Amino acid sequence: MTPDTGAQQTDLEARALYCERDDRILFADLSLTIRSGELLQLAGPNGAGKTTLLRLLAGLNRDYEGELLWQRKAVADCYAEYARQRLYMGHLAAIKKSLTPLENLRWLTAQDDASEDSLWQALEAVSLAGYEYTPCMQLSAGQQRRVALARLRISQAPLWILDEPFTALDKDGVRWLEQQLQQHVATGGAVAITSHHALEGIPGLRRLTLGGES
Amino acid sequence: MSLVMATVRRDLLLAARNPGEWANPLMFFLMVAALFPLAVDPDPVFLSKIAGGVIWVAALLATLLSLDALFRADVEDGSLEQWLASGESLYALSLGKALVHWCISGLPLTLMSPLLGVMLHLPADAFTALFLSLAVGTPVLSLLGAVGAALTASLRSGGLLLTLLILPLYIPVLIFAASAVYHAGIGMTYNGQVAMLGAMLALALALTPFAAAAALKLNLSR
Repeated sequence: MTPDTGAQQTDLEARALYCERDDRILFADLSLTIRSGELLQLAGPNGAGKTTLLRLLAGLNRDYEGELLWQRKAVADCYAEYARQRLYMGHLAAIKKSLTPLENLRWLTAQDDASEDSLWQALEAVSLAGYEYTPCMQLSAGQQRRVALARLRISQAPLWILDEPFTALDKDGVRWLEQQLQQHVATGGAVAITSHHALEGIPGLRRLTLGGES
Repeated sequence: MSLVMATVRRDLLLAARNPGEWANPLMFFLMVAALFPLAVDPDPVFLSKIAGGVIWVAALLATLLSLDALFRADVEDGSLEQWLASGESLYALSLGKALVHWCISGLPLTLMSPLLGVMLHLPADAFTALFLSLAVGTPVLSLLGAVGAALTASLRSGGLLLTLLILPLYIPVLIFAASAVYHAGIGMTYNGQVAMLGAMLALALALTPFAAAAALKLNLSR
């Protein structure tokens, strides 16, 4: 299922962001925009503040100075609307180990009104066909990551915010995810992603490096 | 399906898959009633006088046992972050979680209580009062407990802190509930006490989810 591009265009703008943690300035006077058809990759060494910035862009972290605008409105004022237009996946996958992939996916996509068929198809797309009724504790870390990523096939959100989605994936999984990103961007979606992975070849790719010199 | 309903459904499913989590407090509840007469005095006259109080103290401690895990797993595996990301109200989530907690702790305790009443020679007149006070009182324990569990969810050893935080808030419930059972046992009316418990439940239903929601946000805003 491809994102419904007619519904809403991505227009996320950050102005003069300033954020510090434990008396250390992570970024100052940082301005950026994410629009339809763009893929923003946040790079930088460990501890540079990639996840902090991503959570901030997702509206989860309110501890910063500056402005964050969605469709030219402050995110803090229209958070419920914004939350429905963007999909956030943290590096914690929110997978319950004693539930099956199908049950986990059903919870993860509860807001999308997904049909039972589309859940099965999404699991098939991430090569988990045949594991629908296996408790996730018997799956490998990579397979559990695939369960979480199966959401990308179901969500209609135009903006994806993904924190290290390539973690634990094998070669095929990496290729599959790159394909999803490419397709999403090509059909008018937008992506903000933290990854150490080279995402060459995806049109619309921009790279933002945090904490270069220290 | 809304995320609240999906979460209630998922948590009930999780409880069904891991029966140890909720069966342990129930065993504790049963063991207190079984061991008390052995250790103190098996005399029916003595037991019938203290039965109501013992059952209520055991129910309260059994509830405390099961509270610690209420939000911890969700904080650790990222479910709570997903909830916050969904933009749905944390008030509804807290209420839903407390409801599920009551279904797997307070409800079975209430249903088991007549058995414990028989084991401890509870006066025949007091059975209704015991059942009623538990049915109205244990949801209050779950709702108040959800606030404490939310506050301590991201602490590594929050169990002790949770007990210290929540136990004082449980004491009014215990006093009115035990008093209802005692008064029923000596043939007096107990409407007043049950009405007080009902008032506590109404207040807890309306207000505690706000406190729990605010506490959950604290865990996640870093």
